[in-house]
Amino acid sequence: MPTLYYLLQKEFIQIRRNKFMARVIILVPIVQMLILVPAVTFDIKGIDLCVVDLDLSSTSRELVNALQGSQFFKVRRMTFSMQEAQNQMNRDEIDVILHIPTSFERNLMVNDAASLQLLINGINGALAQTTLVYFTGVITEFNRRIVMEHIVLKPVSASPQIVTRTRYWYNPELNYRIYMAPGILAILVTSIGFLLSGMNLVREKEIGTSEQINVTPIKKHEFILGKMIPFMVIGVVDLAFGLVLARLVYAMPFVGNLLLLVGFTLIYLLAVMGLGLFLSSFANTQQQYLFVCFFFMMIFILMSGIFTPAESMPAWAQQVNQLNPAAYFIRVVRMIVLKGSGISDVGWDMARLSLLAISTTVFASLKYKKTIS
Amino acid sequence: MIQAEHLCKNFASVTALADISFSVSEGELFGFIGPDGAGKTTLFRLLATLMRPDSGAATLSGYDVVKDYKQLRLITGYMPGRFSLYHDLTVEENLRFHAAVFGATVEENYELIKDIYSHIEPFKKRLAGRLSGGMKQKLALSCALIHAPTVLLLDEPTTGVDAVSRMEFWQMLKNLQSHGITILVSTPYMDEAGLCDRVALLQDGQILSIDSPARIVARFDKKLWAVQSDDKHMLIERLRSYRPIESVFAFGDSVHITTVNDELDETELVHFLTAQTEEIHITTIKPNIEDCFLRLMRKN
Repeated sequence: MPTLYYLLQKEFIQIRRNKFMARVIILVPIVQMLILVPAVTFDIKGIDLCVVDLDLSSTSRELVNALQGSQFFKVRRMTFSMQEAQNQMNRDEIDVILHIPTSFERNLMVNDAASLQLLINGINGALAQTTLVYFTGVITEFNRRIVMEHIVLKPVSASPQIVTRTRYWYNPELNYRIYMAPGILAILVTSIGFLLSGMNLVREKEIGTSEQINVTPIKKHEFILGKMIPFMVIGVVDLAFGLVLARLVYAMPFVGNLLLLVGFTLIYLLAVMGLGLFLSSFANTQQQYLFVCFFFMMIFILMSGIFTPAESMPAWAQQVNQLNPAAYFIRVVRMIVLKGSGISDVGWDMARLSLLAISTTVFASLKYKKTIS
Repeated sequence: MIQAEHLCKNFASVTALADISFSVSEGELFGFIGPDGAGKTTLFRLLATLMRPDSGAATLSGYDVVKDYKQLRLITGYMPGRFSLYHDLTVEENLRFHAAVFGATVEENYELIKDIYSHIEPFKKRLAGRLSGGMKQKLALSCALIHAPTVLLLDEPTTGVDAVSRMEFWQMLKNLQSHGITILVSTPYMDEAGLCDRVALLQDGQILSIDSPARIVARFDKKLWAVQSDDKHMLIERLRSYRPIESVFAFGDSVHITTVNDELDETELVHFLTAQTEEIHITTIKPNIEDCFLRLMRKN
């Protein structure tokens, strides 16, 4: 295919000369990896806590100390007025109010049970859930200690206990950055395959060069391949660049097969490029394309499960996600990079994404015309 | 060589081409003259296989513009009205690229473009986007020629180009004719009509007249006068209000007029005009091709 060779040669010369493109290819991975990954982290540290301790007993103080000693909570205020605590919550100065009622210690000692009131700002549901989980963790630990101390006093209650030790697989420290980095890599690949390649295509139309190209004997598939291959190369190179960055900066492990990841990335790029090619046939200027492309990219990424688990989305959304290439990609990138999933684990996803890629590309190629309407 | 029969093309409610028929013989330099919006670009896009006609048919070298578009693209060189080469490739890269996609090389057809390309060859390492208008036009023509086409379609090649480059360009076209290439060229400049072997006057998607420039001039059936004065604007206005006058057209530094009955009492006209303007010169002149076109367009 000598014609394809000349087209690719032309394309690479142009990309090399395009200062904007050169910057995007190098700077975007750096910025996304270094800024976006820590910025979107859900790691919760230092939840602002206000303690209303009406008991002021040694037990209540131990509890507060236990909370303060965990890395998750920071006691911002101590007050005796619930009203004041709530005012602070309204001003968004604190996220959680812990209300320790009077006779907390006495109830615990005499009745073997005591209650606490916890008020959590529920505006951010995910944050509230996590806060509760953390809090429960601290209380459970605290409870166990009290029981242990009292065994000495009350040998009768020395009943057998089941102790659960939790270990998290694939990300033992629950490091949110390691979870986010592959997702951000997926956004990076999407912006190259979907945004840049489509804009490049529309640019020929906008500047008018397509009019000259269209009267040449260049075949449609040669032209389309000539446009796709350079961005596939850039996409994979940037993916590798991002992986190295994530490794260096966040010590992200890479336990999977690199070739499998590259293969999956190429299929994904084909899917989004096919869609880009299709959308670009409706646009006459790069601005128009940019607008439409952003619309789709937002939907793809927000629905993909990058921030919130796709499994917890409503059933219809999960059905829609069958058509969302980013959903496959983000899931599989995480599986390969963090879990070391092999071809047998991601094969089904690969097959479905391939089907998506083939349909968008074929559909777009049929729609693409070497003529002006 | 080129046959077009009843070509029609509509865009939504706008009729771009309404029943266009013409034929061009081999090696001819054929011009389409017409104002902006006459349908010139649409016609060239149809012939260049970039668009399909709504009805009618056209063949170039026996190849149909719809059915045989693949073969047609090999033998046609098309230069769009808008500069359509890659701004971010150099002069040389553009030329080599256009040769390569036609399966040709610059070397094998260099003879054909030598006269044109030699003007810009000293700048072959310069990006095409940084060339002047005249140089861009020469590069575009070189690229359209590098695969040695038998038909050249040049859509307004001289628009936006300085007067000297325009004359140079027409000289190049004459030279290309000697290689046996059939050339179709469109232009909004009527003074370029005289340089073609034959011209077609296009207005509102219709051909008003097709003939050689000499015969078009010979068909002019009215007497023509040129009137000169210092204040041309005032002169035109006054002339329009002079009753025996049929048409008034401004031409450079003079105004060309015809009268209804082909007679003009010069002293009476001078008398009529001097109330407003000072120096008046009236002379009888021979029509040029512009006079003919303006008259044809006025009749329509």
